[in-house]
Amino acid sequence: MLAHPQTLAEKLVARAAGRSFVRAGEIVTARVDLAMMHDSGGPRRVAPILERLGIGVWDPARVIVVTDHFTPAGDSESARILDLTRRWVAANDIGHFYDMRGISHVVVPEHGHLTPGLFVVGGDSHSPTGGAFGCFMFGVGATEMAGVLATGEIWLRVPETIVVAFEGRLGAGVVAKDMMLALCARLGMDGGDYQAIEYRGAAIEAFGMEERMTLCNMAAELGAQVGLIAPDAATTDYLRRAGTDAGDVATWRSDSDATIRTTHAFDAAALAPQVAAPHSPANAAPVTAYGPTAIDQCYIGACTGAKLADLHMAAAILRGRKVAKQVRLMVAPASLEALNRATADGTLAALTEAGAILLPSGCNACGGYGIGVLAEGEVCIASTARNFKGRMGAASAEVYLASPYTVAAAAVAGRIVDPRDLLTAPIA
Amino acid sequence: MPNNRAWIFGDNIDTDVLAPGRYMKGGIEELARHCLESIDQRFANEVAPGDYLVGGRNFGMGSSREQAAQALKHLGVAAVIARSFAGIFYRNALNLGLVALVCRDVGRIRANDALEVNAAAGRIVDKTTGETLRCEPLPAHLLAMVQAGGLVPHLEQRFIRSMENR
Ligand code: SF4
Repeated sequence: MLAHPQTLAEKLVARAAGRSFVRAGEIVTARVDLAMMHDSGGPRRVAPILERLGIGVWDPARVIVVTDHFTPAGDSESARILDLTRRWVAANDIGHFYDMRGISHVVVPEHGHLTPGLFVVGGDSHSPTGGAFGCFMFGVGATEMAGVLATGEIWLRVPETIVVAFEGRLGAGVVAKDMMLALCARLGMDGGDYQAIEYRGAAIEAFGMEERMTLCNMAAELGAQVGLIAPDAATTDYLRRAGTDAGDVATWRSDSDATIRTTHAFDAAALAPQVAAPHSPANAAPVTAYGPTAIDQCYIGACTGAKLADLHMAAAILRGRKVAKQVRLMVAPASLEALNRATADGTLAALTEAGAILLPSGCNACGGYGIGVLAEGEVCIASTARNFKGRMGAASAEVYLASPYTVAAAAVAGRIVDPRDLLTAPIA
Repeated sequence: MPNNRAWIFGDNIDTDVLAPGRYMKGGIEELARHCLESIDQRFANEVAPGDYLVGGRNFGMGSSREQAAQALKHLGVAAVIARSFAGIFYRNALNLGLVALVCRDVGRIRANDALEVNAAAGRIVDKTTGETLRCEPLPAHLLAMVQAGGLVPHLEQRFIRSMENR
């Protein structure tokens, strides 16, 4: 037996703090392995702070910049922000720059940057996505990011671990997004209490990396600091395809006798597709609980809901069918790579032949920054992570959240319906 | 209207209502004008420097955009007092020099009550009701940073010191 049993979160923080072990609750200073920023919270916000401090970036090779929020520039202000981002990256010799290649949380792992054991800060609240790879990765604001860029360090309170276990197997048409919406409803938007959520169980082990990314991404919606999944063969395979060696993945798991704050156990087989009503992910209920809710816009996009696996889900519904006349369906593949692979395997054609309009790979309407936003009073169902009031455009617009299966099914029916009925029905 | 009055908001006030995405391209002045407008049209116009914002559970949930805290600071909000905070917002507020206090008894504060806040002692005096409420005092290293005006002035001091020691 080990002398000091530790959780995965504790092991990751201990490594970054240069310690052999840490305990939840301790305040420690960690060395940052990688810092990731995008065009909204990145250079335009951190550059003036670094200038004021009269200091450069501590280690440009450890910095990744991605443009995704204001891309492609739709107005002169966006163009100005993107221009200053590009200039700052060049002037500071930044190690990795992905300009209009898709959404940061998807582009960074696709290029093999996230290997198990790393301690990473991201200038975006969905940074916990990196926990799918066994990285301790969390979001910070721009001032704190400037502090990281200046010093290479950050303080944190070592989080306690909350285990979320899904045993058994999910039914057809039920996916990671449904798990997360059900969790938001069950635990609340502060159920994560800025601690670490560790996902476990047979249903999680059966997932590919993109489904795991969705789970860790939306740990943010539970208010957790990080979402974590112990890396395994699926992690190694994904990283090998990305051209990176995952290293010794077996190190990065919680010891069996480590201290866990709470365990929430669920039966995956009992889960139905979920839909979250406006204006909170926590307003989720099984799709079967919704009456015929008419929809104006269907949106398949975002780091949460437009990776290749998400596009495959949408295509499984849309192939051979048509988007209802009164509805517009927009699809924004989360990355250029997802777009290319979806083109190569016929997924994209299934979507556009059904009537989907293709948007550029980036954040677009998800945060209300780009194109595809809603008018007053419009109703949208989206595969995104958040439906806060006014987020996707007008304050009186109503946004429902669901999996790509359920959004695609709503596009065909013109209203919220159970996607499982379409998956089993013969195509007319 | 008294000075240092309380503006009351509920649970789960999110960063999209504090700093709406559609104004994120502009500067902080414009963003601050729209702060909280989707749930309270009066706030941004009528809040006075020295006023307090009182929230419920999980204040500042959502995005990492620190403009959510910066807009409040820009409007002159002296401190945010809430039953609990979302982790990123809490760090952002302190990093920007905006006092954020955790108080279990926020429910006792009513709209427009005049408040007197002592962050170091962890005490809020409601001068309208005469009640004294306890809040969690800020840890010393965070209080020092907030009192310095936030992380940037704090780092300035650190880098100036290290330059002098060279
Ligand atoms: S897609 Fe949406 S949730 Fe993801 S990083 Fe962009 S704005 Fe944030």
